[in-house]
Amino acid sequence: MIKFTFYLFSLILIFASVRVVTVKNPVHAALFLVLAFFSSAAIWLLLQAEFLAIALVLVYVGAVMVLFLFVVMMLEINFSQLREGFVRNLPVAGLVGALILLEMVFVVGAWQNVPPPVATEIPNIVALGQVLYTDYFYPFEIAAALLLVAMIAAIALTMRPHNRAKYQKPDQQVSVNREDYVRIVNIPSEAKD
Amino acid sequence: MPELSDFLILGAILFCISIAGIFLNRKNLIIILMCIELMLLSVNLNFIAFSYFNADIAGQVFVFFILTVAAAESAIGLAILIVLFRNKGSINVEDLNALKG
Repeated sequence: MIKFTFYLFSLILIFASVRVVTVKNPVHAALFLVLAFFSSAAIWLLLQAEFLAIALVLVYVGAVMVLFLFVVMMLEINFSQLREGFVRNLPVAGLVGALILLEMVFVVGAWQNVPPPVATEIPNIVALGQVLYTDYFYPFEIAAALLLVAMIAAIALTMRPHNRAKYQKPDQQVSVNREDYVRIVNIPSEAKD
Repeated sequence: MPELSDFLILGAILFCISIAGIFLNRKNLIIILMCIELMLLSVNLNFIAFSYFNADIAGQVFVFFILTVAAAESAIGLAILIVLFRNKGSINVEDLNALKG
């Protein structure tokens, strides 16, 4: 049963990733990438990496792919022009891909197969948290800082300061004179009848 | 349960598909970014497979950090893409010759 699940999800994963690189419309490519992420999350669940499978769906499908779709739909691009050269590059791409695949399969096929370990009673999330906050604490903090830097960089790159924005100028505010703004007018009081 | 080599071969197939995808779509920057995401996914699959079969949690910690860095990378990559499109009006890789490389 597990074997059947593995092969089913691997077939879906391979199909989706082939469609990502061959499909014409980038919106469809992004949606097929979502399918690839989902099926590989299922394969990660088979390997008892529950936390990472959920994180993959939340972070990638929920955030990164939505960002991709936003960008693809916001930019007005002539995609057919970007696609020329696809057929011309097909033999080279196929050759390089097949060669690398052949080499990798040779290396991996000679791999000594180890028996799968017995299931531990510690849940995956607990085990991950136990090492993440002790042994890997500094890398964890650095990753947090890295995310902050990435966020600031992305905002700083894309933010366009426009001239219509109104903001205060404190130096001019403190250097005003009373005489410039206040005029004292003497109005004679009316006589009562 | 499938063997370790099954997972490794699946990762290799994914990696090769994404390399071929970069060759095929060498003009479209968005598809190239997506292919990089696929490559990182295949590497993560290898990490998790080794982590499971060797009963070592360190592989999963590594995948955690790779996910973090990949999210940051795609955010900045897409930001650069938007700025590029704003300035050049195109995301064709062949138009990016300002550095005369």
